[in-house]
Amino acid sequence: MSGEPPAGQAPEPESTGGWISPELAEEFPGLGLRELLVERGSGRSPREVKQRLQVLSDRFSGAQAINMRHQPIPWAYRVFYRHIGLDPDEQRTPVEELVLERMKRGGFVSRSLLDDALTIAIIESGVALRAFDADRISGVLGIRSTEPGERLEGRPGELPAGTLVIADAERPLALLFGAVGADRGVGPRTSRTLLVAIRVGGVPQIAVEEALWLATEVLRG
Amino acid sequence: MPEVLEHSEAIVEACLVEAPHEAAVETAERRAREDLRRQIGRLERSLGELFASAFPRRGFEWNVGAVGGPRVLSTGELERVRDALAVRLHDARDELARQADVEEANRALLEGMIAAPEKHRWLEISRREIGESGCGSYQSRPRLGILGMLFGWWRIRLSSGCPLAKGLRPPAPWARRAADGEEAAQAAAPRRAGAGERRAGGQAQAGPRPA
Repeated sequence: MSGEPPAGQAPEPESTGGWISPELAEEFPGLGLRELLVERGSGRSPREVKQRLQVLSDRFSGAQAINMRHQPIPWAYRVFYRHIGLDPDEQRTPVEELVLERMKRGGFVSRSLLDDALTIAIIESGVALRAFDADRISGVLGIRSTEPGERLEGRPGELPAGTLVIADAERPLALLFGAVGADRGVGPRTSRTLLVAIRVGGVPQIAVEEALWLATEVLRG
Repeated sequence: MPEVLEHSEAIVEACLVEAPHEAAVETAERRAREDLRRQIGRLERSLGELFASAFPRRGFEWNVGAVGGPRVLSTGELERVRDALAVRLHDARDELARQADVEEANRALLEGMIAAPEKHRWLEISRREIGESGCGSYQSRPRLGILGMLFGWWRIRLSSGCPLAKGLRPPAPWARRAADGEEAAQAAAPRRAGAGERRAGGQAQAGPRPA
């Protein structure tokens, strides 16, 4: 029992912690970011992943959707949305967005391997996940407030100062729980994906790790 | 230069005097924000529980509105969110209590109707009106049609339930899979469409409706 992966199998990637700016860490002690690099991009979902989505659709009922609001992890994201000035009934939390789609369309619809991996991981864990093109990021990711004059690529105008963003060492990459900057997300040419889990107060660390592991497992096949 | 130095020293001294006060204010504000965030969390939990209890009743307003973000909210903004949540919770509780009273009255009426159908001729009470899910209804109807009407043979009939599944065909990926021979997907899709149809067709009525 050496802990080494069996011959011919790639080692399990490990997640690393992102940074939170000091004033945000003081304001939101539970806020955290965890990232994990996967050495592949997206693409078409294989049949097994589509079947897994369908099984997940069948497992997920209306009663679960109704009761989701007061389950600990979805509740924690709803509360955090309120804390940062968002209305979770207008701008849905990631898990509620997927659940709503499941209810409207009758199932989780397969779009691409990455989208399916995120859907499976978010629904199973409740944790908010994002994905970025790892080759278009410099340094470690973190969460901070914007300075005056900062922009999000591909969006007109400047971001209001104090907007919460996911940023790398150089620039904002995405709004926290919002739009991703142009060309910073995963596209057809992406060869390395950086999965990012956003943790808020009330979400256990184990759930964050599980979410990243689930998404990685689906992506790696 | 000495003037500047004196001035700088004066500023430093002033800061030293004021710093503890400012720090205390900042600490107090942070504690106030923490407290408000806790209150928002509790209110959100209560609202979530009420949302689950209220289902499938309609006529509730759940949206609270956003103050704009994502950003760190000030104490005043957090207070506004807290107050809006409290008002929403209060309104929703009132509405739920009002609907529960109506349902209680309807249940009493149904009991009376079951006990004496001839006294409630043609009266129809849906399951929703007594706080039950589904789309069946109880109706006082004459046995054997016009003969029952003439002789006063009245009885309660419970309708057979929801209409048959109709609605839109399933979205393309499901249809494709069905064409590939995945019977499970083929069988599941119309049932789900039917569920949507049932919900859409099963809106709560304002009260029992005599025919």
